[in-house]
Amino acid sequence: MTDDPDESVIDVTGLTKRFGNKTVVDHATLKVKRGEIVGFLGPNGSGKTTTIRMICGLLTPDEGSGTVLGFDVLTESLEIKNEVGYMTQKFSFYEDLSIAENLTFVARLYRLSPVSRYVDETLERLGLSSRRNQLAGTLSGGWKQRLALAACIMHQPKLLLLDEPTAGVDPKARREFWDEIHELAGEGLTVLVSTHYMDEAERCHRINYISYGKMIAEGTVTDVVRDSGLVTYLVHGPRLERVATELAGLPGVEQVAPFGNSLHVVGSDPKLLKRALAPLAKRPELSVEPGETSLEDVFIKFMADSTDNMAENGANNEIDA
Amino acid sequence: MFDFARFSPTRLGAMLAKEFIQMRRDRLTFGMILGIPLVQLVLFGYAINNDPKHLPAVLVSTSADPYSRAIVSALEMTNYYRFDHVASSAAEAEQLLASGDVAFAVTIPSDFGTRVERGDNPTILIEADATDPAAASGAISTLGTVASEALKRERGTDSLRAANQPGALNVVVHRRYNPEGISQYNVVPGLLGVILQLTMVMMTSMALTREAERGTMENLLAMPASPMEIMLGKVLPYLAIGAVQVVVVLGAAKTLFGVPFLGSFSLLLTGILIFVFALVLLGYFISTLARTQMQAMQLTFFFFLPSIMLSGFMFPFRGMPGWARAIGEFLPLTHFNRVIRAIMLKGADYAAISFEMWILIAFVTAYAGLALLRFRTTLD
Repeated sequence: MTDDPDESVIDVTGLTKRFGNKTVVDHATLKVKRGEIVGFLGPNGSGKTTTIRMICGLLTPDEGSGTVLGFDVLTESLEIKNEVGYMTQKFSFYEDLSIAENLTFVARLYRLSPVSRYVDETLERLGLSSRRNQLAGTLSGGWKQRLALAACIMHQPKLLLLDEPTAGVDPKARREFWDEIHELAGEGLTVLVSTHYMDEAERCHRINYISYGKMIAEGTVTDVVRDSGLVTYLVHGPRLERVATELAGLPGVEQVAPFGNSLHVVGSDPKLLKRALAPLAKRPELSVEPGETSLEDVFIKFMADSTDNMAENGANNEIDA
Repeated sequence: MFDFARFSPTRLGAMLAKEFIQMRRDRLTFGMILGIPLVQLVLFGYAINNDPKHLPAVLVSTSADPYSRAIVSALEMTNYYRFDHVASSAAEAEQLLASGDVAFAVTIPSDFGTRVERGDNPTILIEADATDPAAASGAISTLGTVASEALKRERGTDSLRAANQPGALNVVVHRRYNPEGISQYNVVPGLLGVILQLTMVMMTSMALTREAERGTMENLLAMPASPMEIMLGKVLPYLAIGAVQVVVVLGAAKTLFGVPFLGSFSLLLTGILIFVFALVLLGYFISTLARTQMQAMQLTFFFFLPSIMLSGFMFPFRGMPGWARAIGEFLPLTHFNRVIRAIMLKGADYAAISFEMWILIAFVTAYAGLALLRFRTTLD
């Protein structure tokens, strides 16, 4: 990665948003380079949507500064809107308009000309031509998502912001969606995508993890897993449920989770973890071997840590942002 | 058939508890449940009076003889008339009547005193603005007897001469603008305003709230559209719908009800256009306050209720107490009613209604300002 400032598509520091006395986003810093696909992860209500809305000018930050596509995030939101495609979490096109009518509306808002050529090309590209006259409200989840993506990229934005784009979409549609995203990134489009899905996070070039409004991890998936310092062991054998109960609560054991026929045992202190597992290794019916820490293990740890922080502050965890 | 076996009081209780929780959460609806009866009670109970008193009147009189003064003070004593204008010519009185500044013009001829003393039958002329026949009827009905009594009394003080001069007072009443006292003439033009008020405000307020409710607003705001573009785009279609309504109501007024149309059509259309513009902007403003379409509808009705009662559409404006009239002055419908009735029934020209027109324009400006002030291109 180069440090050429021209290459930074999103470069914001200290973004803060409060709703009432709740700080939904707390001094978030985010840097995204051109052509990157950056995953934006975090539990429900951690401030992902709020951060994305601040980046695309839908919300005014209470604090912080920075640029998006070289435009000031505080004062140049109209310029930003012209060059950003934002796909909302909830389907937000007109259900009583047909696909083509929705696209025509969007094309005219962006003053694309000629409108019909843009609409036809977009329909063609996303394989929506045969359904052009179908009302958007009658589309299934997967098709709605295609339509939303089509509408967001029609004006050829330089930055695509996707807010949980694949929620409620079947695996095949998800796969196709991600292929499309990678294709767009290959053409130079920068993508910031928020998600809950681990497999999607692994499809990103880099990830940012936000928890209760604070950015707590950043880097490639490998970086984030390594930086977490977690150690994982796999336990194989019969009656793993009972083993899990035995292990839970032992010093050094932070997570115990069954994965099919094995048990993931995760901890951040290798010595303590080994000590806890030593008695098991002696049992003939069980086998204990070092395993690979998954991104999910890391996230569970992040979430566990953050929840503790919030509990100490006595804050309300029901922030819906 | 009602299946008692399947009826569970526990389940009913669960439904009731849930409904009450939801009712309590929806503050606006809850406020409406309490607010609407209160507003109605106050309006109906205190503000509405079908027998208006203290109606403004103009006195056209050139003589200052005791008989004239006696009649004027007797008319004022009835509490129906309040002579706050004095005109020296009939034309001046006519203008005051047409613009709606006064409800009555009382003309006492200059030879009135002489005729009384001569024993001729003296005549006074009372012209009433009968556009609202109900409002004027009380004042007219007391007129003849009160004036005659006053004259008799005045003569009585003049001792001996009065006794042998029984010249009776001749009161001529002209019901102006609506001589037959047909109430449709008053109601139908007013209805245009009421219909426009209800549909324009409601449709506009719900159209924008629908965007917010369905989540399409977020998308719209993420795209490069300015508040002015969004506002005009949302408002202009309803102006067109308003135009259709105007054609229907005015057509019906002419063909079904035979309401006279004396004034300038283009002047009326100008007035309607300004009024409708004010209404759609009001609707737009409401939509910036309401979160759901339901709330938008409730706010529309909250505004509609006083409009229909305090604007002079349903009950005589002059019959209301001062505070109610003051509220009425802040409703566009009040001013529109004055404009349309003056133009259609009185044939008023621009000069006579320019003041009301400018007030309507002030509403347009105020609502547009409020709407743009409230409207955000962000979701903050």
